[in-house]
Formats: sequence, structure tokens, C-alpha cells
Amino acid sequence: MDIMHHLLTAQFMEPLLLTLKVAGLATLAATILGIAMAYVLARWRFPGRDVVDAVCTLPMVMPPTVLGYYLLVLIGRRGFLGVWLKDVFGISLVFTWQGAAIAATVVAFPLVFKSARAALEGVGRQFEDAARTLGQGELAVFLRVSLPLALRGVMAGTMLAFARALGEFGATLMVAGNLPGRTQTLSLAVYSAVQAGDDGLANALVIVISLVCVAILVGTSRLLQSQY
Amino acid sequence: MQFELDIVKRMRGAGEEFTLRSRFATTDNALVLFGPSGSGKTLTLQAIAGLLTPDQGRIAVNGDVLYDSRAGINLPTRRRGLGYLFQDYALFPHRTVWENVAFGLTPLFGRVSRRDARRVDELLDLFGLGGLARHRPAALSGGQKQRTALARALATRPRMLLLDEPFSALDQPLRLRMRKELANIIEKFKIPMIMVTHDTDEMESFAESVVVYRQGCVVGLHTSADMAQPDTTVCRAIHDQMALAYDNQ
Repeated sequence: MDIMHHLLTAQFMEPLLLTLKVAGLATLAATILGIAMAYVLARWRFPGRDVVDAVCTLPMVMPPTVLGYYLLVLIGRRGFLGVWLKDVFGISLVFTWQGAAIAATVVAFPLVFKSARAALEGVGRQFEDAARTLGQGELAVFLRVSLPLALRGVMAGTMLAFARALGEFGATLMVAGNLPGRTQTLSLAVYSAVQAGDDGLANALVIVISLVCVAILVGTSRLLQSQY
Repeated sequence: MQFELDIVKRMRGAGEEFTLRSRFATTDNALVLFGPSGSGKTLTLQAIAGLLTPDQGRIAVNGDVLYDSRAGINLPTRRRGLGYLFQDYALFPHRTVWENVAFGLTPLFGRVSRRDARRVDELLDLFGLGGLARHRPAALSGGQKQRTALARALATRPRMLLLDEPFSALDQPLRLRMRKELANIIEKFKIPMIMVTHDTDEMESFAESVVVYRQGCVVGLHTSADMAQPDTTVCRAIHDQMALAYDNQ
């Protein structure tokens, strides 16, 4: 088989492992940030709440290249955060896999945020109140009641976020470039393989990505089936 | 029990403004807040538990101040030491009966102490829930749910029990049985209670004192001394206030 032939080559394995690292880290970061923001917006009333919600959702609707541009303005060599990072820590994120992870985090964040917010808002107020009357502080209420009751929705969002991070292309290209072995993730590798006319490699990459995405979608819909 | 409450809370919802002016004091151990739905009795109960913060006023139990706007005191719910029975029981659906009852005794990180675990077992036995310890709330009948909720509230040894329409989720025959059970439990634990209800039978079987609400205001307060009198004028006064409370509903 032509595809099997490609599976263990460096051209295939390098992007695969890099993608798993980038997408895994991005999903972790997006999950923590997404749950935190979702909790703030689901529980607290404050002026400008709608605006914050819109900004948090923005990465879902904006073209990834635009996001990548914003990220460059922020963390690029001349971006104000980028200059600060360079001066204080001597770090440059542009053209690194860490930069790719940040790009993937931003793109994946709204998927966790949206699902987590809906899930947390769906948790009956009375359960949290009951925990408070039983002597629990706010952290305990969140960790023992709100989060477990919202867990399925949050996990569904996390899986979608992982799928999205896995396939990230535009923002990653802008921030991290397409350097084989360093920042070339699966979707970038597909692009390069097609450009180079290497159809066999492109086929192998596309099939693996497709299978993973189908598995994630099936898992997500299973998770969202009702509980209790 | 010495209980005093004097609170004001303005609320806005759906364009309508509602003002709760709740004020009463009692030394009786069983108090019923009576009135039609939307008259402010449940809001008062929530304010006592600290689940609702009044705009101003004062709440004190046996000299302990739970809330005092002038002194800047607002004890968080978790430190008020009050047991609360919710109208729909609010049992944690992701926990078993045993875990629900043990919830208030379980530290955030770590396990229930052996002594507390024994207390949970005893409570389950007392409430006839021993065989259901590993069941989830979804598998329980209405009466079993109420017993679980009551055991859970009593597990933390509260100084007072707050009951929000405790029988409204039950059908009629069960309601009568659970009413007797609750009376026995309160007798056994000798725990003061405040109950919210709009059912006259429940009021008569539990109340030492009655506070009657109408449109956010207290329109009558009757203590055990009043209620004990065979005087028809007191009974009439209560009935008149109830009739009035249900006017314009």
C-alpha cells in the first residue's frame, strides 16, 4: 500500500508528533482559560459583559490570518509584548513551535469557552446554593458541584478545541511559519506535500487527520447525550 | 430560639418592581411563613440563609448577628450554620445518597473522617435509607428524596432548619405521611425551624408562630401565646389576613 509506505517516514512522523505536542498544549491552555472565562461570564453580572463575551468568541468567526496578524502585532519582534519578552526573558516566539501553540490556543479557545459557558449556565442554581448551605466555600462549590455537573459540556468543548487546534493553519503560518521539522504541523505539511506534488504523503496525512476528526466528533456527540 | 429579622430588599424583574419589607421577631421554636406565592416568604427564607443579600436591615439568631447592614456584617452562607431544605430538594445528581448526606462533612481534598462516616450511616439508618446508600438520586422516589435531603441538611448539625415548601413536590397521600415523619424528626432532633408554606393544614400542624405575608409585606404575626388562646377573634384575625393575602391574586 502506498499510504502505509509513508506512515513511518520522517516527513510523516515529524509533523504528526509536532502537531500532537502543539495541539495538546494548546488544548490544555484553551481549556483552563476557557473554563475560567466561562465561569466569570456565567456567574457575575458586570457592565461590558456582552463585549467581553463577543471578544472571547471573536477567534471563532475571524479569518485565522487576521488573528495571526493580531498575534504578530502583539508578540512579534516589534510587538509590545514581544519586545518585553525579548528584553526580560530573551525569548522570541515568532517562528517557534511555542508560537504555533499560542496561535492554536487562541483559535481553539472560543470552542471551550462557548461550551463551558452554556454548560455552567445549565447547572441549576439550587445545587450550588445547597452546597453553600452545607458549609462549602466558593472554590469547593465550583470544584465539587458546578464543574462536575457541567463536565460533559466542558469535555465536548475540549474535544472540539483539540480538533480545531489539530487543523490550525492560517494563524500558525503567520506566527510560526512553515519550517519542516520545527513549526510544520500536519495541516501545513499537507499544503507543502501538495505543493511539492508528493501525493502519496498528502494522502497519508489527509487520511490520518480525517480519521482523528471523525473519532473526535463521534466522541463529542456521545458525551453530549443526556446524563442522569 | 430567639430570632429577629428586619430587612428591606428591592428587586426588579420583567419591568416590575417588587419591594420586600420583612420584619418580625419570635422566641418560638417553630415558625411558619405563610402567604401566597410571590408574597416574599421564600425571599425572606433565602435572606436568612444568606442566599440573598438584603439592601438593608438586620438578622440575628440567639444573639448571633447573621446580617447587619449598619454594622457591615454579612456572614457568608457557609458560616451561618443553617440547614436548608430546598423545594425540589436539590440533591446532587452526580453523587450517591451516601455521598449526598456526607457532602457537608467531606473536606475539599481528602476523605470523610471515620466519626463523620459513622454519623452518615446512622442518619441513613434513622431515615430508612440504609439500603439505598449507593443509589443515585434519580433512582429514588419522592419520599426517599425528601428523606435524603433532610438527612443531608441535618448531617452538619445546623442550629436551625429552614424548609422551603417541603411537601409541594409530593403527591397528596405521601404528603400526609411525610408531614408526620418531619414532625417526628424535628421532635427527635429538638431543632428550631422556619418553614415556608401556602398550605393551611401544614401551617396548623407545624406552627408555633405564624407570619403572614402579602405582596412583600408582613401583614400579621401570631405567636404561640396568641394561637393557644381559644379566643375566636385571634382565629378570625388570622383567617381574615389570609383571605386578604390571597386577594387580588
